[in-house]
Amino acid sequence: MDWGQILDTAAGELLSPVTAAYALAAIGIGVHFGYAGLLNFGQAGFMAIGAYGFVVPTLLFDFPVWAAFLTSIAASVLFAFLLGIPTLRLRADYLAIVTIASAEIVRYVVSTTGLTDVTGGAAGLSGFNGSFTALNPFADGIYGFGPWTFTANQLWIRVVGWSLVAIASVLVYLLMRSPWGRVVKGIREDEDAVRSLGKNVYAYKMQALVLGGVFGSLAGVIYVLPRAVQPANYGTTLTFFIWTMLLLGGAATIWGPIVGAMIFATLLTLSDGILRGLISADIITFISGTQAGQIRFMIIGAVLMLLVIFRPQGIFGNKKELSFNV
Amino acid sequence: MRIIGFVLGTTIAALILALSVGLAPASAESTPSPSPSPSGDFTSTFTIGGLIRDGDTPLEGVEVRVEGEGFDEIGVTGPDGRWVVPVPVQGVYTATLLPDTLPEGVAPRDPDNITRDVNLSTTNTVNVLFPTGEGTVAQNNIAQTILTRFIYGLNFGLLLALGAIGISLIYGTTKLNNFAHGEMVTFGAVIFFLFGTSLGIPLIPAIAITLVLSAFTGYAQDAWLHRPLRKRGVGLVQAMIVTIGLSILVRYVFLFFLGGNIETLDTGLTQNVNIGPATITLASLVSMGISIVMLGLVGLFLTRTRVGKATRAVSDNASLAAASGINVDRIIRIVWILAATLTGLSGILYGIFRQVNWNMGFQILLLLFAAVTLGGLGSAFGALVGSLIIGIVTEVSTVWIPNDLRYAVALLILILVLLVRPQGVLGRKERVG
Repeated sequence: MDWGQILDTAAGELLSPVTAAYALAAIGIGVHFGYAGLLNFGQAGFMAIGAYGFVVPTLLFDFPVWAAFLTSIAASVLFAFLLGIPTLRLRADYLAIVTIASAEIVRYVVSTTGLTDVTGGAAGLSGFNGSFTALNPFADGIYGFGPWTFTANQLWIRVVGWSLVAIASVLVYLLMRSPWGRVVKGIREDEDAVRSLGKNVYAYKMQALVLGGVFGSLAGVIYVLPRAVQPANYGTTLTFFIWTMLLLGGAATIWGPIVGAMIFATLLTLSDGILRGLISADIITFISGTQAGQIRFMIIGAVLMLLVIFRPQGIFGNKKELSFNV
Repeated sequence: MRIIGFVLGTTIAALILALSVGLAPASAESTPSPSPSPSGDFTSTFTIGGLIRDGDTPLEGVEVRVEGEGFDEIGVTGPDGRWVVPVPVQGVYTATLLPDTLPEGVAPRDPDNITRDVNLSTTNTVNVLFPTGEGTVAQNNIAQTILTRFIYGLNFGLLLALGAIGISLIYGTTKLNNFAHGEMVTFGAVIFFLFGTSLGIPLIPAIAITLVLSAFTGYAQDAWLHRPLRKRGVGLVQAMIVTIGLSILVRYVFLFFLGGNIETLDTGLTQNVNIGPATITLASLVSMGISIVMLGLVGLFLTRTRVGKATRAVSDNASLAAASGINVDRIIRIVWILAATLTGLSGILYGIFRQVNWNMGFQILLLLFAAVTLGGLGSAFGALVGSLIIGIVTEVSTVWIPNDLRYAVALLILILVLLVRPQGVLGRKERVG
């Protein structure tokens, strides 16, 4: 087996657009859960809304890239309001069930055969990346070094993706040091105390939900830009994986979601490479390559359990800043 | 222990019921697994049917053979000339008219074209036309269609209820949303498939083994996971995320051993039964009976037995229950075992009703949550009402909206109910904000 190849692929995954999308989505849940204490289990729904909000106007109405980004953001804001109005007054576990249900509704709607003309049905949509690629300022050629060698287009999507991650992180950092952030964190700690200070808890929660949702929708755009939209990707499992990344890094931290996403994506690729390498080298003979892929997900499940039990604050987190109280 | 007596008692009751309606033992050979095309859609009864007439005269007793997806069944036209074959899964089938069964003097108009490919992929029902004379496809009237869907929905709702009551009991006593509950459904179906169909153990011992193992998973989850977590003082949201991790872990263990195949459970009960306009298999009818009996027994358990009353007391107020001498940990243990057993049974029935695959439980998990929330979180009777609502709504809604959106309708109703009545249909009015 080729260790160099395996390590190269895993290291390349560190900066891949998918990792950037994961990080951005995790920052979104970080705002919801880590800072505001909202249990959003529908981040996959926000990502789907973002992706389709970008792709459908591009394909149907030839929207330019900036307008498609705007429709994507607008759609996620609307979705956040729809989710928040019925549930933000209710207990946290109700929000969890409603968000997970809404995300599934989104997935059913975009994959229904009745809307194939608009959403592509279960097959999804492709061929929308032309206008984005056309904006590429980098000249053709090969950039970077080692495992991080990209063509101009690969570099362009990575620059955009990670810039968005950086902007989101800085925004969250500044917001959480502002008076607004202190109120939001106060809501996480004790909603009634904040309410008794005359703050409109409902409005603050709604603002946090919208902000995290917008990050989710941008993540959805970055997620699909290098490839096609596939409705099957936006299942509940995606949400759970993003939660794992967030909890791995630390929920109420700036670096947590980014590092969590990087570790998650890299380890996933690395373990896959190693297992498949061992199988092709006939060192492991009792499982097939497909089964090797499934072992990784078992490990994710086990890691999620152990993490939440033994280190709920994650790698960077502060144990005092935990939002695990309903 | 009382609970073991209870579990055994309910098991025996289910078995006696199964016996009394004449459940034949499963045949010993293992069924070949049908085409591994996972349609991911297990919530409706799919039928292929049609109408065979000579001119305006319906032809009775004509046979049509439907084959495909590892399935082979002959449908016979009734006095109205209509034949219906319920099939287990969406897919591509062939329907062949058996010309020998046509009455004297009637022949297929196109003798070379008596075998049709039927692609059952986006709808529940496909009508196949074999022209003999002036044959046309008659549409059911709307009331009949709704009634048919209602009966299918009732069937589905009763299956959901067994699993939903498990969620509700666990939530009621521990306030834990158990995301690994779907895997408990799958577990029942997979174990029953393993013993009943793969190993060829007769039906009743296979059910007994499945229920005992399911009960053990309930014991294990409480004894080895959730009780230690409670002792550590791990919060409810943390415990909920732990169940998410467990759900992912167990689901991929199923996939690892089962592969992506869709397996059929063999019970030998494939005869069709007509209820009004609806045609369902005998196995579905028996499942409905078992569900009703089990739900009744749970109701009696909760209202008439000491343990059941203690369970309701713990649901009401655990501290108060503990103060009045109830061993709360013991009640929670009993509830886990009971819930796991019921859920395992629902897995068996659901596997018979549809088919078995690695994430069948996860696919209905949200419907189970929706049912429990609709009925009122923590109310066992509410879970029954919620399940029936969800089951009937998902099925009846297909009369007006596309089939692939019917889960979405159920989940939408959940959200709307939360807007108007957050405590659920039967939940007690209390502050949930």
